[in-house]
Parts: sequence; C-alpha cells; structure tokens
Amino acid sequence: MASATAAGTGPSPEGPPVPVAPKSRRSVTGTRRTVAALFLLPALVLLGALVVYPIGYSLIRSFYDQSGDAFAGFDNYEALFTDDGIRTALKNNVVWVVFAPTVATALGLIFAVLTERVRWGTAFKLVVFMPMAISMLAAGIIFRLVYDQDPDKGVANAVWVGVHDTFAESSAFPKAHPGRQSPLEPAGGGAFVTKQPVALGETVVLPLVGVAPDRMPDGAKQAAPAEPEDGRITGTTWQDFTRGKGSGTPGGVDSTELGYPGMRIEAVKDGEVVASATAAGDGTFTLPAEADGALLRLPADNFKEPYNGLDWLGPSLVTPAVIGSYVWMWAGFAMVLIAAGLAGVPRELLEAARVDGASEWQVFRRVTVPLLAPVLAVVVVTLMINVLKVFDLVFIIAPGSSQDDANVLALELYRKGFASDQPGIASAIAVFLLLLVIPVMWFNVRRLRREVRR
Amino acid sequence: MRTSSTKGTRSTLGRTTRTTRAAGITGITGTTRAAAALAAGVLALSLTACGGGDDGKGDDGKGDGKQADSVTLPKLDGESLEVAAVWTGTEQENFKKVLAEFEKRTGAKVTFVPAQDPIINFLGSKVAGGAPPDVALLPQPGAIKQAVDKGWAKPLGAEAAKELSENYSQGWQDIGSVDGKPYGVYYKAANKSLIWYNAQVFANAGAEEPKTWDELLTTAQTVYDSGVTPFSVGGAEGWTLTDWFENVYLSQAGPEKYDQLAKHEIKWTDPSVKDALTTLAGIWGKKDYVAGGPAGALQTDFPTSVTQAFTGGDQPKAGMVFEGDFAQVNIGETEAEVGTDAKVFPFPAVGDTAPVVSGGDAAVILEDSKAAQALATWLASPDAASIQAELGGFLSPNSGVDSSVYPNAVQKKIAEALVSAGDDFRFDMSDQAPQAFGGTPGKGEWKTLQDFLKNPEDVAGAQEKLEADAAAAYGG
Repeated sequence: MASATAAGTGPSPEGPPVPVAPKSRRSVTGTRRTVAALFLLPALVLLGALVVYPIGYSLIRSFYDQSGDAFAGFDNYEALFTDDGIRTALKNNVVWVVFAPTVATALGLIFAVLTERVRWGTAFKLVVFMPMAISMLAAGIIFRLVYDQDPDKGVANAVWVGVHDTFAESSAFPKAHPGRQSPLEPAGGGAFVTKQPVALGETVVLPLVGVAPDRMPDGAKQAAPAEPEDGRITGTTWQDFTRGKGSGTPGGVDSTELGYPGMRIEAVKDGEVVASATAAGDGTFTLPAEADGALLRLPADNFKEPYNGLDWLGPSLVTPAVIGSYVWMWAGFAMVLIAAGLAGVPRELLEAARVDGASEWQVFRRVTVPLLAPVLAVVVVTLMINVLKVFDLVFIIAPGSSQDDANVLALELYRKGFASDQPGIASAIAVFLLLLVIPVMWFNVRRLRREVRR
Repeated sequence: MRTSSTKGTRSTLGRTTRTTRAAGITGITGTTRAAAALAAGVLALSLTACGGGDDGKGDDGKGDGKQADSVTLPKLDGESLEVAAVWTGTEQENFKKVLAEFEKRTGAKVTFVPAQDPIINFLGSKVAGGAPPDVALLPQPGAIKQAVDKGWAKPLGAEAAKELSENYSQGWQDIGSVDGKPYGVYYKAANKSLIWYNAQVFANAGAEEPKTWDELLTTAQTVYDSGVTPFSVGGAEGWTLTDWFENVYLSQAGPEKYDQLAKHEIKWTDPSVKDALTTLAGIWGKKDYVAGGPAGALQTDFPTSVTQAFTGGDQPKAGMVFEGDFAQVNIGETEAEVGTDAKVFPFPAVGDTAPVVSGGDAAVILEDSKAAQALATWLASPDAASIQAELGGFLSPNSGVDSSVYPNAVQKKIAEALVSAGDDFRFDMSDQAPQAFGGTPGKGEWKTLQDFLKNPEDVAGAQEKLEADAAAAYGG
C-alpha cells in the first residue's frame, strides 16, 4: 500500500519541465509533496480499503465459480444474460430507470413551480418533503399495507373499489350455488339452469345454498312452497340450508329456511328468453303461460361477486406499484432541489416574457424550463443512480409470490449471493451494476467540473 | 489462486481465535474460584426457590427430583458460549429461559445470537470471519450435511450422544446424523400434518372432522354450502404450499416413494407426482374453495392465512387452515381460544394411512469445547425440552418429555401424535432438498407450486418445471 501511494504521489502526469527541477520540490502554496502525501495517506488508505479493494475483489470473484476455487472465465457473465431471473431483473431495471426519475422529477417540477405561487407554499413543501424523512424500509412497510388486496385494509383498493361500486353494484347472492342432488346445473358464465323443462300447472323448486344467513338481504322471509295455478308456472327459489342444521330435506322447503327476494328467473326456450319473473320475499315466483316447456335459468347477474379491487401486488402491476411508492418518497427531494434552482432564475426574464405577451404556459415552457435545465439534469441523474441500486422497496413490498416479477438487479444480487449461495454470479451482477452506473457518474462529474470552471 | 490464499488466511485466523479463547477460559477459572463458589451457593438457593414454586402446582414434587437426576452437567464457571438460531419474538424469549436454566446449573454464560434465514449462509459468513457461534440450531437436515461437508460441524461427544440415544427414537437420531455419526440434536420439532378449523364454522355448517381425503372434500363442500369459504391458504410464502404437497404425497405414494423423491432418485415427472398434484387440484382448483381465490391466496402471507380463519365471528374469511402446530402462535393473536374456538384434526389419509410430516431444529456444535458439548447434552435432555414445552408454542420430539407438561389439551394431542408416530414420520421434503430448490422464495419448488396454485389445470407443466429446477439444484 505504502509503495502504491509513493508511486501515486505525482498527481500531475506531465510533471514540471526539467529545467526548473529545483523549484518542483515545492508547490505553489509552498508545501512539500511528501507532506501532501502524508496528509492524503489516511484518506487514500480508507478509500483503498473500503472502496477500491472491494471493487477489485468483486471483479476477481466474478471470474471464479460458485465455490471460489476454480477459474470460470466468463461463465458468470454468460449466466447474467441467460438466467431468466436476471433477465426479468434487467428488464425491470430499465423500466425503473426510465420511469421513476422522470416521473419524480416531473412531479417535483410541478410542485416547485406551483408552490411558488401559493401563500402556504412552505407548508405544502414541508408535507411533500416529509416522506424523505422516512427510511426506505418503513416506506416499504407502509406501502405493503397501502397495496393490500383486502379493500378493508389497503387504501389503494379501498379507493378503487369505492369508485367502481358507485358505477356497478354487486348482487345480493354472490356465492349461491346448487347444493347436492339439485335440480339445477351450471349453465356456464356463472348462471344456473334446470335440468328438466317445466310444464304448465307445475310447481318448481329452485333450491340453492351458500349464502351466509347474516349476508341475506333484509327482505328475506321464511320460504314458502308455491301453490300450483292453472295456466301458469309457479315455484320457489330459496336457501336450502339452515345454520347448524344443514339442508334438512334436500330440495324441500323446510320451515327454518329463507327465500331469496329479488332473485331473477328467466324461462329459456331454444336459447331465447320467453318470460321472466322476480322472486318475492318468501322466494315464490309466478311465470306466465309462455314459459311452458322452457328451461328455467337463474342468470349470472344474480351471482355477481363483489368487486375486489385491483391486484396491485400481482405479477403485472407490482413494478408500477413499487415505482409509485418510490415516487412518493423522492418527488419531495426533486421538488426541493428544483425550488432552489427556481429561486435563482432571474425574475426580469419572466417579467420580460410576460410583457411581451407570453401566456403563463409559454413562460413555463419556453423560459422557466430551459433556465432550469441544468438543475433538472442534476436531479434526474442523481435519481437515476439512486434507482439503479433500488433494493429495499422491492424486497419489502413485493410478496414472495411476485418477487420474481418485481425483481431488480440489486435484489437479484442479494438473492444470488445470500439466498442461493452463488457468490460468483452475484459478483458478476455487482460488476455489471458498476458498469451501468459509471457513465451516469462520468456525466455528473463532468458537469460538475464545468460548473466549477464557470 | 488468489482465492485459495485468502482461504488459507481465513482458517489460520479461525485457529488463532480458538486458541485465544481457550487460554482466556483457563485464566479465568484459575482466578475466580472464590467467585465461582459464591455463584454456586446462589445457584443452589435459587434452585431451591424454583423447587418451592413448582411444589405449589402439586404433581411436580416427583418431577423435581427426576429433573435433578435426569441429566448431569459439568461445572463450567467462567466459560462463555454463543448460540445462534433464527427464532424471534416469544419463541426466542422462551428459548432464552432454557439457556438461563443451563447457566444456572453450570455457571457458564450463554449468549443468544439472532441469525437470519437461510442460517447456513449466515454461519458461512461467521465461519469465514473466524468466529462462528459455538452451537447453532439448524432447521434443515440438508444444512447439517452441508455444515459437516464443509468441516464446520463437530460430532457430538459421548455424553451428548448418550443423552440423545436415551431420549430420541431412531428416526430422529438418524436425521441428525451424517454418515452414521451423530451431529444434530433435534431440540425442537414441528408436526406439519394438521388442519386447524374454526369450531363455530363447523357447528354452523353441521360439518364433522374428516378422516380421509374424500371426507375432507365433503366437509369442505358442507362448509361452502353454509356460506363460508372452506380453506385459507398462505400462498405468498411457498413453504406452506410445499407442505400441502408433501402431506398428500406421503399419504398417497407412500414413504418409500417419498424418500426417493426427497433424494431425487425418482423424477418429478413420475406418475405418483402427477397423482398428488391432481389430488391437490381437487381443492386448489376450485376457485371458491380458497379464500380470496388463487390470486388472493398468493398475496396472503402465512400469519394472515391463520388469523383470517379465526376472526370475523360467524363469517370468517375461511373455515379451515392447514399448517403445523406452530399456527397456534398466530391463533394466539386473535381472540379465538385454542381448544374451544380453534380446533385441529390430523391431515386426512389420502392413501392408506394418514401422513405425519414433521420439521425441526437441530442443535449442532460448531466450536468443540466442553461447554458446547454440555449445552448439546442439556438440549437433548427432557429437562430442557420440558421448560420450553410448558411455556407453549413448542413441541419436542424428546420421548423423555412427559406430555402432561404441555399447557393445553390440543398441544398435548399434537405432541403425543408426533412421539407415537415413532419412526413412521417423514421429515419435511423441501427441507431435505437443496436450498435452491426447496427453500428459496420465488424459486424452485416454492415458485412452481405458487404458479400451480394460480393455474391448477397444468399438472404436466408444473411437473416439468419442478423436474427442471430439481435437476439443476441436485445436479450442481
């Protein structure tokens, strides 16, 4: 190490010209190079031990096999592009890098520009910035709850179901179905139909089971057997099940059983509905003479399930959902930086544009945004670096069953390295991530230098 | 090249640490004899106090005498030990009480090191760092074998081995052994062949405890007819699904095939696997039989899958939930009382006999010393197991444990079922498999069974996927 630093003490590769050699022992400020090196040493040692050595070791480790004993060449890197898990991770990382920084920056820009104009701007900024004070882990746990499937727990589904249900109502008998030895059979699409056609003057029984007593509609009364009528078809549709007692007489109306008020019954002949009726509180209904010889059908909308909301953490929505939680955290960060940049924008320019007759949108689009461009670039690039290493949110929010679909490189690195004991492949992922970060870093450093020169 | 040299350094490091520790111990014993004597006096006092407390309960008078005799432990004043396990919460606290009793009896100081899953990788980094814990509790037989192969685990000494053979049936001794040598003491066991049910739901539906798979289906239908979804499945965690499969497979295909499949001597494309998956699809494939449907089940974690079956009065989200005795811990979080509101029946027989699938945690010595051996001996004794058994949520395969120490009738019934299974039980198959196949979230068997729960029609596809993953995991 010591020799390395000694070799590295000449930071200017060109070196001073030979003729002025005696002078070269002292720099402009008059300190000796050895002294400078001495002061640099602690930092160099720390950097070397904590940054350079781990990078170097990961690089070397990535060329060895699982046990670390045999050289594996580029096998680990080959696995990077053939392993399904890593490929999904790569694809998701691209989605992350494209969407998360841009959405967070766009929201930050909107917030920053708008809060400048409201009186309670600072308070608003404070609220938007607040999530930054929470650790990623805590945010992950919060959003795990937000995205909970159960609308009674997850606020996302609670809102979604609330909106949905104002437009489409669910039915009264979602889980009703024919019991054993029933005269009904499933007709596809959730409807049920009688096995036998009905004839005039007959009474029909349409028993179903599966509606819990406390979920019965309020109008439900004790079920009554239908009275036969000439020239009509009468019948009963009811819950053929009593709590604690079972079915009683299967297909027979027992005294403790309840009717299905509001159940729709259709008489179907050759696929066409010829008559229809709705059951009364005791479950009885009457069909006119046209229904003679038809099959009775209980259409599917009687049994429509209550809407259960979106599968936020299911395979298809999990990545956007996690990105949403990331934006919640980082939009505040973008907003604060952009607001600071905005404070530095010369007012005269905006005023001049307004005097020239530009609309507010034009001022924003043609003056504010171009002036803010350097700041926006900083924010986007910083977020990009941040997004490349995203791990905790995905690890916590995605449930085990969809972790594969939400996978990102940093998570896959962890899983390969610590769960499946594949340190070689994990190192290769680490090196690959480093390669991805380098261009972004280079851009940032170069821009910073330019700024300093200015 | 570079790697091998690093390894060399590591092992030297490890050795140095060990020697230093040993030296430290002798030094301390030399100087603090007086203190030790004092400690022993205090110990005797506190033990008497304990005895007095127990006497109040009545029948423990004899047990107390037996306890003092049942295991002899050396005096270890001044020694210190580290024990690593993945347990958290109440389980950890209860285990610490067992360690405290060991400290009391021997004078050694025991520190509990909380570990993370998979513990074998956790230990790997500790060994690489040169300071592994003295004793670790490993949950998988595969992990014990791995630890032995890597030279981390040390065999049990004569004392511990004697205690083990006195208190454990051959089956439990065998799964703790590698190449005939005893390494692991199965301190804790799990009976994973249980179905818990909401007694109120069964009463409302007029359903009865089933004995066979067909009866289970009938019961499920009855519960469904009463307006309650029959099953709650914690599909967000793959291991609950592998346990479902293992119970069906063990009962249907028999123990021989089970062992073969566990070792991957037969392929997952075997017709017996097809039968088991098809049988499973009889429940998983009915959308209305699983709470929340398959999509909902895949987002239900295990604790929720248990609690949702025992909350909601007459209308819980489900009537039955399958899992091991440890589900009690989660039931404890609800208002339901185990034994009255929450009851249990053994997993019904799919084939000729009902399955008994078990799991467990084995204590393995990583740093051989007199103290570590003594701790292994202690954990193999009925005394240690009785302490934790009394506290609840714990099941011991130790046949020396009197089943009357279990805190409730349900726990007692489960424990008796486990011990009486003798050598007929089978250890959790996914725990025997390589970690990449049987124990990694989102991979291998866990992931494939989750996909199968989503799409139970594709039996052949699931089998092929299982075989491909198994071949990769067992082969490499």
